[in-house]
Amino acid sequence: MKICVLVKEVPDAAVQKRIDTGTMRLDRSGENNLNPFDTHAIEAAMQLKEGGDLQVDEVVAVTMGPGSAQRALQKAVALGADRSVHLCDDALVGSDVCATGVALAKVLESESPDIVLLGQQSDDGECYTMGAVLADHLKMASLTQVVNMDVEDGKLRCERQAEYGYDTVALSLPAVIAVGDAINEPRYPSLKAIMGAKKKPLDTKSVGDLGLNPAEVGEAGSKTTVVALNPPPAKQAGEIIEDEDTAETVEKIVAWLDERKLI
Amino acid sequence: MAGILVYALHDDEGNFNKNSLGALSEAAKLAGELGTEAAAVVVGDVSDEGAQGLGKYGVTKVYRAKNVPEGLAQPIVDVMAKVINDDGFSYALFGGGLLGFEIGAGLTARLSAGVTMEVTAVKVADGKLVCERPILQDSEVADVGYVSEPGIIIGRLNAFDVKESGGSAEIVDVDVELSEWSSKAELITRGEQRGADVDIEAADVLIGGGRGLGGPEGFDACEDLAGAFDNGAVAATRAVVDAGWYPYAAQIGQTGKTVAPKLYLAVGVSGAIQHKVGMMNSETIVAINKDANAPIFEFSDLGVVGDLNKIMPKLTAALKAKKG
Repeated sequence: MKICVLVKEVPDAAVQKRIDTGTMRLDRSGENNLNPFDTHAIEAAMQLKEGGDLQVDEVVAVTMGPGSAQRALQKAVALGADRSVHLCDDALVGSDVCATGVALAKVLESESPDIVLLGQQSDDGECYTMGAVLADHLKMASLTQVVNMDVEDGKLRCERQAEYGYDTVALSLPAVIAVGDAINEPRYPSLKAIMGAKKKPLDTKSVGDLGLNPAEVGEAGSKTTVVALNPPPAKQAGEIIEDEDTAETVEKIVAWLDERKLI
Repeated sequence: MAGILVYALHDDEGNFNKNSLGALSEAAKLAGELGTEAAAVVVGDVSDEGAQGLGKYGVTKVYRAKNVPEGLAQPIVDVMAKVINDDGFSYALFGGGLLGFEIGAGLTARLSAGVTMEVTAVKVADGKLVCERPILQDSEVADVGYVSEPGIIIGRLNAFDVKESGGSAEIVDVDVELSEWSSKAELITRGEQRGADVDIEAADVLIGGGRGLGGPEGFDACEDLAGAFDNGAVAATRAVVDAGWYPYAAQIGQTGKTVAPKLYLAVGVSGAIQHKVGMMNSETIVAINKDANAPIFEFSDLGVVGDLNKIMPKLTAALKAKKG
């Protein structure tokens, strides 16, 4: 059995993200990191592999992105993936959700996984949609925002919060599961694993390698267009207290609340 | 018909979701501006009366797929894809909610359609819909248009107000054959409540606790602090509810409750969008967090950068002393 884990390189959380107003795309030139939600997907894959309820032969990390996105794959491999696949092509630049789905589905099809795992959202785009998009392309069962997952009778028994409380859903394989960050506590990679990550096989694939139609991906294949970028409605900035002397801080908070008759 | 199709979610008792009703109202308004009509899709056991009643929100037709179960996205993708293809809808609109995200995403793949999510407003420009979508932690708002039809619009929680504008809707029963893969997920239990049934919606003051509390014991300090106010209660973020630190009934946000107390005092809450949408209409927001870069400070009236373990007990004591 094979598990594919989708990972993404995103701007580091500490970096102020900005849009390049020329291209209307995210400026990715700064410090980048593995999308935090994806570390939970990798951990979920490793727990399935180590758990023994399913015979998992291989965990493959998959990404689509520029050359630098290799670093996200290396981190995924350091966390336990056996090898990785990098879909990298200038023709993919500017892909929206629809076009990204077409491209990622194609690379996943070439791997024929039994389970596809991914983080429920990326830290940059925050679209929450890729799991359900890929499931429809791949014709697999699917659930997103999963916070608990067990194997039962060869099925994945998943829990997640929906509109009315917790839902429990059993999915037959093959399946695409997008996980939330409450699902597990990702492990830290060992120094040995980090050092060894570069030696694990990494396949780089182009649009042509996969037989993708360039008109269906990238900006050409995108069905949405950002027509303008505006600042949000102005909100008066709040007051900030830096806590240096806690007694004084508390005094200030109480006075502030009292002034507004909130006590 | 080049109209707008809206999915109306309902619970096991047949009550429609408030965000779905908001989406119906919004679709009816936009359809009026576009010179077209809005329609709803319902699945499962929905009575004639229940379906027709959606006409109140301005939709003229309700497509009902009785044989399709409510509660999981993939079968509903089959239904909506068929209705959109057969009757030529130009847009599909969803209120804020997890199923809307999943169904909208599925339609994106099935119909090669553009999708915009977390939409806070929709406007008409040159006879087409353009969505306002806040991005990068709400620091910018992108206006997103569609280059082809249909376009998929997934609203942010509480983005669309419920408005009654119409009368009764015509019911169109549809028989849909489900895709083979749409029946591979089975809903075993739906809407399970976990933990005590606490009431946070009636409180004037809410202490919202997040992961920064460090553990379930952090909520003891929150309850002490809530007790120092008149009519105070404790609320929680999704992260800590999922971790089992506090009951689900106290959860604020995307998959929890929406509240607007006089004072919302957030402790150890980072302020993710999914939490923000559930409490941003509070009259006053105060946040205590040790991370000066936490997004919650962007929309707090008073932000305190510091260690909540040091500040909270002293604040509780000071408030109690003041009340005497």
